[in-house]
Amino acid sequence: MDLFNKVEPKYIKYGSYLHIYCPHCHKSLNVEKKDQKYILVKAKFKGQEGFIKLSPYLNIFETETDLPLKEGDIVDDMMCPHCGESLLVDDHPCEECGAPKVAEFIVSAFSKLIPFYICTRYGCKWHGLTKRDEQLIKIKIPRQDMPEQDPKLRKFNFLEVPYGYTAELAGIEADRCLQCKVPQCVQGCPVGIDIPSFIKLISEGKYVDASRKIKESNSLPAITGRVCPQEDQCEARCVVGTMDKPVAIGRLERFVADYERNINAVEVPEKKAPSGKKVAVIGSGPAGLTAAADLVKMGHSVTIYESLHEAGGVLTYGIPEFRLPKDIVKSEVNYLKNLGVKIEMDAVVGKLYTIDELLEEKGYDAVFVGVGAGLPRFMGIEGENLGNVYSANEYLTRINLMKAYKFPTYDTPAPRGKRVAVIGGGNVAMDCARTSLRMGADEVTILYRRSEKELPARLEEVHHAMQEGVNFKFLTAPVKYTGDKNGMVTGAECIKMELGEPDKSGRRRPIPIEGSNFMMDFDMVIVAIGAGPNPILFDTTPDLELNKRGYIVADPETGKTKKDKVWAGGDIVTGAATVISAMGAGKRAAKSIDEYLNSVKKTKKKH
Amino acid sequence: MYVILDKKDYARGTIVNIRIEAPEIAKKCSPGQFVVIRVNETGERIPLTIADNDPLAGTVTLVFQIVGKTTALLASRNVGDFIMDVVGPLGKPVEMKKYNKKILTVGGGTGVAVLHHIAKGYYEAGNEIISIIGSRTKSYLIMEEEMKRISTEMHITTDDGTYGFHGFVTQVMDMILSERGDDIEFVVAIGPVVMMKACCDITKRHNKKTIVSLNPIMVDGTGMCGACRVQVGGETKFACVHGPQFDGHLVDFDLLIKRQRTYIEDERISLFRSIK
Repeated sequence: MDLFNKVEPKYIKYGSYLHIYCPHCHKSLNVEKKDQKYILVKAKFKGQEGFIKLSPYLNIFETETDLPLKEGDIVDDMMCPHCGESLLVDDHPCEECGAPKVAEFIVSAFSKLIPFYICTRYGCKWHGLTKRDEQLIKIKIPRQDMPEQDPKLRKFNFLEVPYGYTAELAGIEADRCLQCKVPQCVQGCPVGIDIPSFIKLISEGKYVDASRKIKESNSLPAITGRVCPQEDQCEARCVVGTMDKPVAIGRLERFVADYERNINAVEVPEKKAPSGKKVAVIGSGPAGLTAAADLVKMGHSVTIYESLHEAGGVLTYGIPEFRLPKDIVKSEVNYLKNLGVKIEMDAVVGKLYTIDELLEEKGYDAVFVGVGAGLPRFMGIEGENLGNVYSANEYLTRINLMKAYKFPTYDTPAPRGKRVAVIGGGNVAMDCARTSLRMGADEVTILYRRSEKELPARLEEVHHAMQEGVNFKFLTAPVKYTGDKNGMVTGAECIKMELGEPDKSGRRRPIPIEGSNFMMDFDMVIVAIGAGPNPILFDTTPDLELNKRGYIVADPETGKTKKDKVWAGGDIVTGAATVISAMGAGKRAAKSIDEYLNSVKKTKKKH
Repeated sequence: MYVILDKKDYARGTIVNIRIEAPEIAKKCSPGQFVVIRVNETGERIPLTIADNDPLAGTVTLVFQIVGKTTALLASRNVGDFIMDVVGPLGKPVEMKKYNKKILTVGGGTGVAVLHHIAKGYYEAGNEIISIIGSRTKSYLIMEEEMKRISTEMHITTDDGTYGFHGFVTQVMDMILSERGDDIEFVVAIGPVVMMKACCDITKRHNKKTIVSLNPIMVDGTGMCGACRVQVGGETKFACVHGPQFDGHLVDFDLLIKRQRTYIEDERISLFRSIK
């Protein structure tokens, strides 16, 4: 039909009011009376003629008729009430119920005309555009950017960089979702959030419901919306992403979680009846918080033991304020407290209590170990113990946990450098580089031994770092540091690298180019090359089996360790990974602990 | 929150002794271990070696010298006041057992407080203790009575000769090791870094194993940050998890001195502001 324009990069919002026209006489089929609005179509059924009234709102299905139609009946014909021409088209069965014929209309959307269909089966929900048209329209909506602080300003403050979506932007972005029947995104999510459902709720404007939908499988959406590497997980599998940029699932997640918190709509969900069982959770990072939240909802009494003076683990000491405001972490921790989780600060398990003491003397029925990978790694090169050479852990702990960026209001001294080198290419390296800019460095350089393509950091972090003026020196690694007579670092001797064959991780192995050594001047160096397992807990728990790298051996499905009544999850099992994978592990362990505790109860009853 | 039960001071108020209520720590700690404290919300985390513990009363004793903002702040707290955080016991305890020969313990300045806890441990394990304690001047000497109680032989030195031997602890130690080094199993030397370094130089000559207790800058005290790294026998160790006691003959003291001075400027600013 020549009448139809090519589909334009516009979109029709869920529930929009549509103007429907007859494709033959071009007269409007909309009827607008004082109290009701509907589309009027003439129809024939078993020789009888009558009317069908339909809702004019996209994807909202309400219908009324004076014909003796029952649900499932197929009308014989549908006609325009003005010209009486039949509207049925032959070669187009219903996409929803498979009825052989549908009626075709024209819909005007943003001054463009697009075909619109109504199924001939009474009671069928299909009442809209063809999937193909819909997909085409949705894909033409560009991925919405998040408004953010100007890079020139933000490198002087610790305020959060992105401001987050507005409701309007979130609505547009949510409409890009195709609502796939077999959603690939969910398979990419380590905790299996029902992504299409929560996005649909955003489309409908039900933001709080959307947030609660997420919380069914992820209790910390405000955090994961900010720190998850979505481009490797849910968004990597998004079908829209195969044709255009994927739906911004992370930004939508962040929007609804912030919305719910900001209007104080956070509610404590219902808990199961008390089981009388006690569980100790060691570590209050992402794994511990998730396990604790799930276990307390299952009716168990939960106590978290945290070695530092504030809860949150890496969320508190590691990730900087401008990426994850600490108020958000605090409110998530408070949510847990409101659920009834007890948190003991300053309690170093392994020193103050051993795991065996928790089980035997303190009467816990199960223990979950989520202590993370907190032992900083160094390269073991000459000069690494010079002054002003820091582990990323120390640097970030001073700034984030101890609030050294507010020195001297806060007493902890802050390392300051004018020419700063950050060694490594992960998220932590980006955090360190961007933090040192904010602490007043003139020049910050990231030294990474592979090329830009292999950078393990989130895309957004790399992008933000580049925007703020962090220098990147790829294929470069330090081989030694030089210092002055006071023992402070003055520079690094570096070596150039080239990429060889892919290693076990699938990334190409960097090989030093002999004789390519050169000097660079620095007055501060931050080593951000990863972290290992902290042995403090294991020294007093020799029967906890560890692997060659010093991490706990645990069943990947359940988190069960080789030690009786002890589960583990997160970085202490997998080695340094992401917040969300640790949360996934906490979740699976909570389920397994719950099953175990329930089975104990049952066997006891038998006796 | 941890309440201060008792407070004493020595050396014209520059060295303070507080006893705090911390039943769990008191139950678990052994000589050589330390705690990390944070006085208030804006406070810094600093390590303090445990000078004594009473598991029955549920108390821990800390002795510290006022050197900066945090120690000054802690010293300003009185009996009945609270300390926000006390984390511990951290670090490795010293191995306590009965040795055949005597143990020579050497302490200087505030280090005597830490030395006392360790020496008491050895004493209670049935060892004979010879001790040498010293200070700048008579009024700065601490815990003389307590040390006397556990020592079979006791020497006192002052730099200015106002009390005991006129000179350094190292001189007396050198004499004892030269005269009857064969009677001595090993040496424990705790005090300022320069003193420990000087002690180790002498004991190396006498080929006597020497245990020292290091006090580098720390943040968390649980092995998480690596601020406290020290070089021992060419290897990098974390004082908080591998120590704080190490074989003094292997420690790179010069590096320790330099690393302790990293924040000297900031510490001055901090202290100045708190006095003002």
